[in-house]
Amino acid sequence: MTDPIHAHPTIEAAQPGATVELISVVKDYAGQRALSGVSLSIRPGEFVALLGPSGCGKTTVLRCLSGLEQVNGGSILIDGNDVVDVPVNRRDIGMVFQSYSLFPHMTAFENVEFGLRMRKVASGERRRRAAETLDLVGLSSLASRYAHQLSGGQQQRVALARALVTRPRVLLLDEPLSALDAKVRLQLRDEIRRIQTELGITTLFVTHDQEEALAVADRVAVMRDGNIEQIGTPEELYLNPTTPFVADFVGLSNRLPAHQAGGVVTVLGRELALLGERQPDGPVFALVRPEDVALASDGVPATVLASSFLGSVRRTQVRVSEDLILSIQHEVGERPQPGDRVHITLKGRPVSASPRV
Amino acid sequence: MSTDAVRIGAEPGKVARTVILGAVGLVFAVPILAMIEFTFRAGLGGGYTLDHWAALVDPEQNTKYRQLFTAIGNSLVLAVVTVAIVLVILLPTMILVQLQFPRLRRPLEFICIVPITVPAIVLVVGLAPVYGVVVRIFGSSAWTLAFAYGITVLPYAYRSIQANLSAVDVITLSEAARSLGANWLNVLWLVLLPNLRRGILAASLISVAVVLGEYTIASLLNRANLQTALVQVSKSDPYVAVIFALLALGLVLVLLLLISRIGSTRPGRKRT
Repeated sequence: MTDPIHAHPTIEAAQPGATVELISVVKDYAGQRALSGVSLSIRPGEFVALLGPSGCGKTTVLRCLSGLEQVNGGSILIDGNDVVDVPVNRRDIGMVFQSYSLFPHMTAFENVEFGLRMRKVASGERRRRAAETLDLVGLSSLASRYAHQLSGGQQQRVALARALVTRPRVLLLDEPLSALDAKVRLQLRDEIRRIQTELGITTLFVTHDQEEALAVADRVAVMRDGNIEQIGTPEELYLNPTTPFVADFVGLSNRLPAHQAGGVVTVLGRELALLGERQPDGPVFALVRPEDVALASDGVPATVLASSFLGSVRRTQVRVSEDLILSIQHEVGERPQPGDRVHITLKGRPVSASPRV
Repeated sequence: MSTDAVRIGAEPGKVARTVILGAVGLVFAVPILAMIEFTFRAGLGGGYTLDHWAALVDPEQNTKYRQLFTAIGNSLVLAVVTVAIVLVILLPTMILVQLQFPRLRRPLEFICIVPITVPAIVLVVGLAPVYGVVVRIFGSSAWTLAFAYGITVLPYAYRSIQANLSAVDVITLSEAARSLGANWLNVLWLVLLPNLRRGILAASLISVAVVLGEYTIASLLNRANLQTALVQVSKSDPYVAVIFALLALGLVLVLLLLISRIGSTRPGRKRT
């Protein structure tokens, strides 16, 4: 156990991750346009998350990159080589699927070995590398188990080891955590990031869970209707969304009726700077984060509807008027009770705005 | 997985179960026992003898039963060729449809189920002119009947394979294998077939059982198989005919037991 070699399992000489470039990739499904010219460039060793609602095309991007789908236009470059015509089994990618995809008739160990067998690696070398990779995901002790004898989280770990054992140039993760329960999901999420950093492998991670994307990725690409709406670091997306869709989709936002003129948004009697896309002057919805609203001794009067404890913060719903309910995030120490009359105020940070129709 | 917990009211009680099983068992057992008893009869005069069974292995009587043994050989060859047709044509088609052409699943199912709705005697009317052509190409050996049997076993073989195919996520498994560098041959051989083992075995065994029990088509197309030979022999030696009927029954029983055994073992259990 204290053997230094096993204490820090590494896959030796993991080649530095590849550059991945998608240039105007177009994909149609039965006449329906799934991707309308997606361009995305991923640096070597970078962890990029594709985030978006279901049907936005994020999985399609991943499948086109893997070669499981043929593109209808554009090019895909891995380390500068166009791979559009390279079949999936020769693209040298590792992939983890949303549904459990371990081969049911093989043990965990045999599953991990599979990719090496396909590459005709000699059996001694094969066994050594499979054992090493299983160790990397912390499952050495369960090597002889079959898929049905493993929990969901363990199965996905084996799937990860199986994808990594061939030291692929690119790792593709297709919502690998969505079938797991919350606690395991968090654990495995952090572990994926740790292993990815350790190996320095270029990684594309598809998810519909914005929290997951923000927590784990170097950069997040938000997708909508077959296009990338914005790509940036998690901070950029959260603090500086360039479109109302991104502001709305990433993080929680209150939609408050407001008025916009010349880059200044007037909302609840305050004038705030406008973030991102300029809207035509006139009525808009201001998108205000719950943490940008505070309980105060004076300000806009409101009635508390509910308040929930979220661990490090508390979130409270208040009714400002007949059809305006607001979510406020504040310190745990303040404990408003349902029915309490309170006052709220905006903290004055810049807000995004979307057109009011 | 099922538990052994007793669910009150969900199934008949022990007594009721015994009575039902007993009654049904009796219906099946009486004719079989009667057949067994018949094979030991000495003749119309009464008394019992082992002669009829002994005659089977008596070299001197060999010529008498040659026709029967030839027919059994024919039936076994037919069974093998029919299974081969199922495995070489039906199975790859079904896998291909499942993976690449999901829209064709309904039409394929329909086509495969049709033979069960056509009585064998009607089938033969259509097959007779077809076999005029078959004979010209392949000759008139008994094994050519397998072309017809390949069609009659379709519904059973299709069902067995499809049940297995729907229970396994073949699409994800083959995509995973492809992403790991496997070519299609490897996907099929190393990943799909091992997971379709149960369906394939069940389809094969059911096909064998159907082929061994087939009479109508063989008889009307003038081919000799186990069943036609049994009818033939029964005209001169009823005892032997019944003995062979019993043996055939026993063989099919063993096949069915095998199917249910295979159906109840989970993949991967074998080595744990």
